Amino acid sequence: MAKKAESTLKNMLLSLTLIALVASLALALVNNVTKGPIEKVNQEKVANAIKKVLPEGIEYTINADTVSVTTEKGPANVMRYTAVDAEGNTVGKAIESFDNNGFGGKLTAMVGFDAEGNISGYEILGSSETPGLGAKADKWFQKDGKGNVIGKNPANDNLTVSKDGGNVDAITGSTITSRAFCRLVATAYDAFKQEKGEQQ
Amino acid sequence: MKLLNVSGSPHVHSDESTKKIMWRVNLALVPTFIVAIAFFGLNALLISLVSVASCVLFQWLIEKFILKTPSTICDGSAVVTGLLLAFNVPATREMVLLVIIAALVAIGVGKMSFGGLGKNPFNPALVGRVFMLISFPVQMTTWPKPGENLFSMVSTPTSDATTGATPLGLIKENGVQAAGQVWDYFIGNIGGSLGEVSALAILIGAIYLLCRRIITWHIPVSFIGTAFIFSGILWLCDKTVFLDPVSTILTGGIMLGACFMATDMVTSPMTKAGQLIFGFGCGLLTIIIRNWGNYPEGVSFAILLMNAVTPLLNRWFKPKRFAN
Amino acid sequence: MKAKDIIKNGLIKENPIWVLVLGMCPTLATTTSAINGLCMGLATTFVLMCSNVVISLLKSVVPDKVRIPCFIVVIATFVTIVQMVMQGFIPDLYASLGLFIPLIVVNCIVLGRAEAFASKNNVWHSFLDGLFIGLGFTWALTLLGIVREALGAGSFFGVNFIGGADGMLLFILAPGGFLCLGLLMALINHIRSKSKS
Repeated sequence: MAKKAESTLKNMLLSLTLIALVASLALALVNNVTKGPIEKVNQEKVANAIKKVLPEGIEYTINADTVSVTTEKGPANVMRYTAVDAEGNTVGKAIESFDNNGFGGKLTAMVGFDAEGNISGYEILGSSETPGLGAKADKWFQKDGKGNVIGKNPANDNLTVSKDGGNVDAITGSTITSRAFCRLVATAYDAFKQEKGEQQ
Repeated sequence: MKLLNVSGSPHVHSDESTKKIMWRVNLALVPTFIVAIAFFGLNALLISLVSVASCVLFQWLIEKFILKTPSTICDGSAVVTGLLLAFNVPATREMVLLVIIAALVAIGVGKMSFGGLGKNPFNPALVGRVFMLISFPVQMTTWPKPGENLFSMVSTPTSDATTGATPLGLIKENGVQAAGQVWDYFIGNIGGSLGEVSALAILIGAIYLLCRRIITWHIPVSFIGTAFIFSGILWLCDKTVFLDPVSTILTGGIMLGACFMATDMVTSPMTKAGQLIFGFGCGLLTIIIRNWGNYPEGVSFAILLMNAVTPLLNRWFKPKRFAN
Repeated sequence: MKAKDIIKNGLIKENPIWVLVLGMCPTLATTTSAINGLCMGLATTFVLMCSNVVISLLKSVVPDKVRIPCFIVVIATFVTIVQMVMQGFIPDLYASLGLFIPLIVVNCIVLGRAEAFASKNNVWHSFLDGLFIGLGFTWALTLLGIVREALGAGSFFGVNFIGGADGMLLFILAPGGFLCLGLLMALINHIRSKSKS
């Protein structure tokens, strides 16, 4: 075995500095390689969610803006993606909405509306709901789910859970998640109705 | 060989053996059992039979093939666990099979993994119940209405027509104005687990146990008393939010828990002072969980938590030594 | 020391999970499904392998008094690389494991092997030790994941085998992790003690 370097101040400083330097160089190098893909992945995630929740079969371009909405906890900003067709008519809007009071904390979802404000789709983006219970929200409120909200309009249909007198069947055993989801949809609709927001 | 067996705790100072005590506890559970069958019919009977049979079977299997110790199934403790377990689940068709899993957890994990009766720190039936509540939250909170489908063998679809919520569930969802009649709560004409609905039947069994001196008054009285007083204070603070104290102690599992499960000799403190604190903790935690927890009912969690504190209580309030 | 001993050591004799009981945080947190357990194990294996090699190379130039900070810098570098690569190229996996990848840094197995093995042995042996301790960690995590997924969700590597019925949720949640870990540990040590005698 080679002789160990002595623990003098000079040696310690030198070795630590050198190791840290090499480490940061290596990281910078890897970061250079992965920066592009990571950004692409994040953009694709949003783009895919928007595509999924907006009405199908229409050609459109997306204009993004932020709008401020009022939630139970006060005002907040949400991202709004407005889909515009070739003639400049709005064909739908997708809103990245959220609610802070799910069973496991914050619940975020992309909610899509057609031009009339009917819900055209949604996609759960982030949740920490219980697996097997609240986590069922990703399918439960879809068209073939039991608590279907697709095609409904928050202005006409009372989109709260049936226990609160509304028209949405709550996920079995997960009323809290279901309520959070309904509030999230209401927040999204609030953003949908608003006039032009702050351009991005 | 029999003379050489040293039985596990409880070591009782009279001539009563563990076996005698356990069978008397079983006898004390009979009124509750009868009420359960009267309200929930064939399902209640089937669940109880399956639960008791599987508890005894699992204990026998584990003792014979894993621990390789003499069988203790005759001491009746597995039957007590089985009955209490059955009393802690809703009387639905699905439960008849699911209760087998609960029995395996109660006996295997809750009792035998610690070395059998007398060595388990937690009440085995409650371990089984909490396991089920977390594993099958939907099935464990689907309650049949009492007095319906008494003889139906077919699986009832779980629709609004055939399921009734428990009073506590209703109150959690809809607020205190959903509370029902105290008399219904007392005799048990409400939704709930098999054995928790009728306070009357539980009290009959508890009085028998008290007369036989198998349990003392300390735990039930301090448990129920604490729950009553604490919920009474809350109720006086805001009558529109909190449930009145009489309904509080008659609904859910407080009666069953206080009389039969918190008083389990193995998992509760030995001294009177320890038992009073044990009961106080159970009552306090139950009300806290009911009002501010995610679950509408907190009795089983409260008792298990206090079970965990029992060794500490036994240290603080040491039983008197006879020799110095 | 022979290579064969190092291999056996990592996989069975000093298995980080079943025998040393190290790194319990990622073990319990990520084994909610078989695939998560497998990937967490492989990510840790990669870090262990690389950090063992580098630390073995550096062992004679690093002064004793600052060796722990040096080891940590090396380990953290590799963990960050794993994290960035995973985020960029396997985003689905990153979504489910994301939080636990940075925590590999503080996994006591990694620093433990650096301190106990790599700083005392040559590069080839350190590489083998990192690889097989990592694989020992991986098979343990995968087994735990398989059992928890089967009981909790009724599926095997994501393939459902119980139809529409519900699994026992408890096993996917934290208490089920502890329960499975304890029972499997008992079973494996039982088998080991049997095969020894």
